[in-house]
Amino acid sequence: MTAPVLELRDVVKTYALKGAFGRSAGEVRAVDGVSFAIQKGDVYGLAGESGSGKSTIARMIMGLTPPTSGDILIDGQSILGRQATLAHRQQVQMVFQNPGASLNPRRTVGQSIRVALDAHHYAGDRKARLAELLEMVQMPRHFADRYPHELSGGQKQRVAIARALAVEPRLLVLDEPTSALDVSVQARVIELLEGLIEQLGLTYLFISHDLSLMRNFAQDVGVLYLGKIVETDPVASVFADPRHDYTRLLLASVPVISAEEEALRPKIPLINGEIPTAEDLLALRTQAQTKEAQT
Amino acid sequence: MSQQEALSNAWQNWFRFSRNPTAVIGAIIVITSVSLALLAPNITTFPEHVGAVVDFRNRHQPPSAVHWFGTDNVGRDIFTRVIFGLRVSLLLAVVVLGIAIPVGVILGLLAGYFGGWVEIVIMRITDIALAIPPLVMALAVAAVLTPSLTNSMLAIALLWWTWHTRLIYSLTRQLRSQEFVEASETLGASKAHILFREILPNCVSAIAVKTSLDAGFVILIGAALSFLGLGIQPPTPDLGTMVASGASFLPDYWWESVLPGCAILFVALGFNLLGDGLRDMFDVEDVR
Repeated sequence: MTAPVLELRDVVKTYALKGAFGRSAGEVRAVDGVSFAIQKGDVYGLAGESGSGKSTIARMIMGLTPPTSGDILIDGQSILGRQATLAHRQQVQMVFQNPGASLNPRRTVGQSIRVALDAHHYAGDRKARLAELLEMVQMPRHFADRYPHELSGGQKQRVAIARALAVEPRLLVLDEPTSALDVSVQARVIELLEGLIEQLGLTYLFISHDLSLMRNFAQDVGVLYLGKIVETDPVASVFADPRHDYTRLLLASVPVISAEEEALRPKIPLINGEIPTAEDLLALRTQAQTKEAQT
Repeated sequence: MSQQEALSNAWQNWFRFSRNPTAVIGAIIVITSVSLALLAPNITTFPEHVGAVVDFRNRHQPPSAVHWFGTDNVGRDIFTRVIFGLRVSLLLAVVVLGIAIPVGVILGLLAGYFGGWVEIVIMRITDIALAIPPLVMALAVAAVLTPSLTNSMLAIALLWWTWHTRLIYSLTRQLRSQEFVEASETLGASKAHILFREILPNCVSAIAVKTSLDAGFVILIGAALSFLGLGIQPPTPDLGTMVASGASFLPDYWWESVLPGCAILFVALGFNLLGDGLRDMFDVEDVR
């Protein structure tokens, strides 16, 4: 069996909390022993709400911030210690959450995409490649001369995808690529991404708080909660039989349209008639851990 | 298509600018001053009065059709000398800002982007330099070296970059954490590219506003130095020097100091109004 395209081994990231006068006041474990692997051509969905460590994982894979411990492997090779190299950038690219913020407002679409070609000393005809990339994301060629403020949200995200594809990466990290978009636009962006998997032999790490998006898109889903993966299963079984309270909570917050879907919606334990908040669940988890420690 | 839209964007900016009366007045004053200064030898009636000319028969003449601003204590045409004095003031502003802005902007970008010890070294030096008033510095330089236009420029430029460093530093800090900067990092773009192609273009409007406001202040400081006799030396016409030499003939021959003084007010006010107008147009708030 070949090595997975991306593998995380017990990755931990802690941030020190600074108290008054710079004294250490403990630490936050943003990512707490996360391990998973993605095979070539797969889509791995990483689900969790804000603050669960999703984006920190994405930043570590991109080499924007080093992990405190653990190892990150791409094609079986550790990326730690060589994060800044162009070779690493060429293998993994990222599509950011907010296309409005990830494109420089003062640079045209073409200029933004050419940054990637220039940085990697693209050998061929850069103008032709630019047109090819725009075509790949189904954008007319003349959009290369436009500024981001002249584009819609969906168009901006297509440009961001084209820019990430410019260096022909093997793995694309999609950090909530559709959360800033309208529902109808979301579907078309997901469709585009699905088409590109086969066309370009890509592998995706799809990060989102929205489990419903993953149902038809991802093969496996990891549910991230307070820095830990609490459940990792094929997507079908996560939906059919969620094993962790938090997964049920995420599923319960997915809007449903029909009565059949409503029937499938898992029942979650209510606390005083309210849906438990993250703090409630944290308290529950701490209780469970104390019990474990006592036995 | 896109060029048309870019054009319409520029048109919108111009529309906002043109609806702002103070901005338009400022722009008119600045354009007038610069044109007068550039065309000085062609539009003034007594261009030979720039030098050490003496015409005692016409000394202390009040403003008239021949001498619009009157004549000074040696009979030279004050209007001519005021227009040539504008040249010196504007040259001072151009040279000081031409040195201070590139230095300040580059240091601000470096400190804001890299952080760490680079930031500590650059920003502490900036803080120290900010604590010295430019006028005092210019007085010290003029006292140590000889008083001259070059030395005044040097002294003011030596401190002026600090304001730009502070401004660009705070803007860069904000822009550094923007996703488009991180995106170009993950694409593998060089540091030079990120600093000058990604961050700097987003600072341009703030730099333009600051530059326009600064030009007025630099002209005022230059005039103050000459007034104290530490700037440009006679017979080169300078507005500050003219105010100082005319002051001894107040109040009888008031035009000799008041009218050059009005010229200083006029040009400094013009740059300030223009700067305020640009600030409203670009909608940047952090600039003084």
